[in-house]
This record gives sequence, structure tokens and C-alpha cells, in this order.
Amino acid sequence: MIRSASVTKVAGAVLALVLVGACGGTTKDSSAGTAAGGSTGVGRTADPDAPIKEGVKVAFLPKEVDNPYEIIMDKGGIEAVTELKGEGKEVGPSDASASSQVSYINTLVQQRQDAIVIAANDPNAVAPALKDAMAKGIAVVTVDSDAAPDARQVFVNQADSEEIGRSQIRLVSAQVGGRGKIAILSATPNATNQNTWIEFMKDELAKPEHAGLELVKVAYGDDDDQKSFQETQALLQSIPDLKGIVSPTTVGISAAARYLSSSPYKGKVALTGLGTPNQMRQFVKDGTVTAFALWDPSELGYLAGHAAAALASGRITGAEGEKFSAGRLGERTIGAKGEVILGPPTTFDAGNIDEFDF
Amino acid sequence: MREKVVRWEVVLLLLCGAVFAFGSSGTPGFADAGNIAFLLQDFAEVALLAMALLPIVLTGEIDLSVASILGFCSALIGVLWDAGVPFETIVPLALVAGAVLGSVNAALVVWFGLPALAVTIGTLGLYRGLAYGVLGDGAVTGFPENYRPFATDAIPGTFLPYTMIPVLLVGLLAALVVHHTPVGRSLYAIGLGEQTARFSGIRVHRVKFALFVVSGVLCAVASLIYTLRYNSARADNAAGMELIAVTAVLLGGVSIFGGRGTVLGVASALLLMAGLRNVLFLDDVTNEVQNVINGLLLIVSVLVPVAANTLRGRRRPRLG
Repeated sequence: MIRSASVTKVAGAVLALVLVGACGGTTKDSSAGTAAGGSTGVGRTADPDAPIKEGVKVAFLPKEVDNPYEIIMDKGGIEAVTELKGEGKEVGPSDASASSQVSYINTLVQQRQDAIVIAANDPNAVAPALKDAMAKGIAVVTVDSDAAPDARQVFVNQADSEEIGRSQIRLVSAQVGGRGKIAILSATPNATNQNTWIEFMKDELAKPEHAGLELVKVAYGDDDDQKSFQETQALLQSIPDLKGIVSPTTVGISAAARYLSSSPYKGKVALTGLGTPNQMRQFVKDGTVTAFALWDPSELGYLAGHAAAALASGRITGAEGEKFSAGRLGERTIGAKGEVILGPPTTFDAGNIDEFDF
Repeated sequence: MREKVVRWEVVLLLLCGAVFAFGSSGTPGFADAGNIAFLLQDFAEVALLAMALLPIVLTGEIDLSVASILGFCSALIGVLWDAGVPFETIVPLALVAGAVLGSVNAALVVWFGLPALAVTIGTLGLYRGLAYGVLGDGAVTGFPENYRPFATDAIPGTFLPYTMIPVLLVGLLAALVVHHTPVGRSLYAIGLGEQTARFSGIRVHRVKFALFVVSGVLCAVASLIYTLRYNSARADNAAGMELIAVTAVLLGGVSIFGGRGTVLGVASALLLMAGLRNVLFLDDVTNEVQNVINGLLLIVSVLVPVAANTLRGRRRPRLG
């Protein structure tokens, strides 16, 4: 239908372009940037005695607004900002795709917020917008899931990533008796926090005391309830001798528990991971789940809220060793690469779960 | 057809004016060069997809696979970049990939005579699936800093982003071809009646084939902008963007039945939607509400011309 002569011409032109490009072009290696660690707001100095900026405006940008964990976290953050007589609010996308947070970052910049607290869906996709925000004098704090280190000033981490990853393996090992095949049900494949934990889980599995455990698959439920449910079903059906599932995401573990509780695998396949007590209570009581872990997400948000207000007021700049007051959590110190750590996770089981309500 | 009381493009431009006036007066942060630049930039990819769709819809066909072609090309860009292929080589390869995917649509529609709606719903899923096939669930980043500014920065001395250059070029070219050439007139003829068009000597198959190929290439251009802008190549890039592009085309006054519509109309609709989205964001209107508004806009834009015709006591637009 299209004359072959014109096709040949176009093909020739393209080939020529490709060849031109092939001779010494810009490649991944030639342009490999020097990723600077931890942006500390160059040119700024911290004044630990500066008063908290009056009516400081802090916006919380979660991965998605339908994620219960993120909502609890941001409520904690807004509580901290309110304590400091500032204005806190939560805005965010309804899907966890890479690009959806970028429009919100621009919006918050235009609204002249003093600080943005973000849980990044994709560390790189949000980086240019966050750098732009910092260039305009807005304090940027990442919480729960980090962005590229040079695109934020402080990262408020739940617990030491290493400790989270390793403790997940210890939990599942205890539940399956130290032997057998296990699988991981993660969130999105690019979630920074998930991938860091999974790396430490793999490292822990390499230790001799876990020689009996074999990680056979990492599945991705995309932090979507239905997809996580289906992935759990697929794991159990495709790996008949699966002994345990670790799901280090609140959406994943509750979907997996719901599938397990009404399946023949209930009580036979162990499930652990990171979940909220309110989501998991019924599954602990009906015997589907023995024990799981989490830090208190509202405390995490609370800490991030204080960090954001301190940054926006010039009390800290994000440099290692700076200290700031975090309300009821006491004084906190910024560690290497601008990280502030909340503390070790709590393990929940039938014995203590009723003491928690979040 | 032309003796309407008020042209739809005028209505859209007035609505644009209203949105921008409302934004400037009632929404702090709207009337700011940086924000207007972002507003334009945020719609660059949608604008390219809409310009790809416009001539296709004029002929009474549709291409719903546009965002999936964007996604596939983005995934391909990621894989090639990760493999160490020079970016200068990746650009033409991505354009070729877009043309190939467009040709598959074209072949199915033109050679096999299948309805474009069914074909491109199929390839919407197929191309997105292939995107995951080549790149998997991962993301590729670290695109070259010497090219990224073209997708992120403003032209020096102005607030206009560089991405407005391809968008405006494509828009002007579309206006020129659609409204001032025999090929453009043949699009309307095909849309108003394919049989008649064929009997009057228009090479309907050849025109349609070319439209789908051009659509694929424009999607590839959009994928380059998208990938560089977010510095992230992923298989799920721009998922769902076809609906925004289709909304812009129909809101722009292009008849879903073919044969009616202008480039100016679609351009005004794009500007209106970009402005509205930005104002709603700044006023903290949630995403869910925005989706409802987009859905309503789509329905209204299909309904208004039909209702207007009925009011004037005319018959509904003919099908095909």
C-alpha cells in the first residue's frame, strides 16, 4: 500500500542516522553522573536556636492516598506540625505510578509550602522536581521510601534497613522451623525501601544458620490489594511445597492473609512480614498468621513532621551530626547521608496485638 | 456545516480564558511563569498523542494504542540505554519502533478491514504487555544530562519549555496538512463517507495506512520526551494517557463519527484541559474528582454537538 521505494528511502535515512549515532555517541558509561550523597542545602548554615517558623506550612505527599499505612503516617506528621502551630496537609495521587507525584510537587512549590514530606514511588522520577523545589528554598524530607539522595535534605527511615531485612528472615525462619522454600511478596518492583530490605533478606539467607531456607521467588503485588491477592494464589499454586511467605508491605500481607485464611493452605504455609495490627488482628486470632512486625507509622510521620519543620526554620540543614527536637520522641540526630532513624520494629503476635490500635 | 451561530473553537477559547482568568485571580501561584511553563510541559506528551489521533478520528477511525506505543518505546529506550547503546542511536531506533507498531495497527485495519476500535483495544493491551516483556518490572534511569534539559528546561530567555518546540511544530504541520492540502480534504471526505471518497479517486487505504504509521512515530517522539522528563524508563509509563488524549480530541470538537473537526479546536481543548488540571491541583482538588471531571468533559463533548443538531431540528450526524 505504501510504495516500496519510499520505504527504502526512509530505511536508508534511518540506517544513516543509526550509523552516525553509533560512532562515538553519548552512552550510559560516558555520561555516568557522579551521584552526590545527601544534599545538605549548600550555602546554608544551621542555627539550632532559630525559632520554629511561624505558621510553618508542611505538605505530606504519600505514595498514594488510598494506602492506609501512608494515611496513618501522614496523620502523625500533621499532628507534629499542628503541635508546632504550623499548617499540615496531605495531598497525593490515587495511583502509585512513577510520574503521578511530579504534578503534586509542582503544585506544592507553587502553593509556597515551606516543606514537602514525600514517600517516593520512584526515586529518580521525582528527583528533578524535588531539586527544583529545594532550589526555590523549600525544605524536602523523604519518609519511608527515599528519593535520590541529592534530591532531598533528610530521609526519615523507619528502622535501620539492615535490621528490618534480617529480622524478617529470622521471623519466617522461626515459623517454618528453619527449613523449606520461601517466597517474598513485595510492593512495586521499584520501591526503594522494599528492594533494600530484600537485598538484606538475601544476605541474611546466605548465612549458615539459614542454609535450610531457600528463597524461590520474589513476586510483586504492586501495593494493589487485588493483584497481591492473585500473586499469593499464584505462588501457592506454582510452588506446591512452599513453606512460607514474607510480605514486607502492609497491602501485600493483608491480601495474602485474606487468601490464606480461606484456603486449604491455612496454618500449613506460614505468612509473616510488615503489617498493621488493625489489618492483621483477625488473621492472628484465626491462626492464619503467627507473628509479624512493624514500627508505628504514625510515629514515623510524626518524626518526619518535626524534621520538616526544623529544616524549614533553619534549625538544621540535613548535615550529619545536627540535632533537632522531635516532640515526644525526644532529641534526634541526623546520621550519615542525611538519615534519621525512628527505631527498631515491634513484633506483634497473639500475646500483644490487642495493646495496639493503628 | 459552517453556518453555525457560534463556532465550537470560540466556545473553547472563551472557556480557556475563563479558566486562566479564574486561576490568575482566585488561585495563588497560578499566574506565575514557572507554573505556566510546567502546565504546558505537563501536557506535551498528551498534545502529541492528540495530534496523532486527530487525523485518524477525522477519517472515522480511532487509535487507542497510543499510550501503549509510548510505553513500549519508553521501555525500549530503557533497555537500549542500559545496554550501553549511544543515545544518538536510540532516538532513531525508538522512532522506527513507533513506526513499526503503528504499521501493525495499520495493516490490521487496512489490509484485513478490521474495525480500528477493536484492533487498537487489542494492541493497547498487546503493546503494554510487550513493554513489560522487554523491560520487565524494573526501571532504567540516568539518562544523559546533555539531552535531559530538552525535556525539562525552558528555552533560555523565555519561560517556554523546549518541549513546546516539537509540540508547536507538530501542531502547525497538522494544521497545514489537514486544512490546506488535498490530503487533508481527503481525510474529511473519508470520514463523511468512505465509499464516496473511494469512488471519487481518494486512495483511502493508503491514507489510512500512513495515518497509523505517523501516529506511531508521534507516540515515539512523546516517549522520548516522557522518558527524559522523568528520567525514568518504565513499562508502565503513560498508562491510561490514551483516555486523556481521546478526551482532548473529542472535546476539541472532532466528531467521533469522522468528517468534522479542526486542529485549532483540539489545541484549544488541550490548553483548556491543561489549565483546568493545573488550577484544580493548586486548589487541592483530589485526583478522584479530577477523573470525574475528565469523564464528564468527554461525555459533554460527545453530547453537545448531537444535542445542538437536534435543537436545530436536523438529523443526527450520519454514522460513517
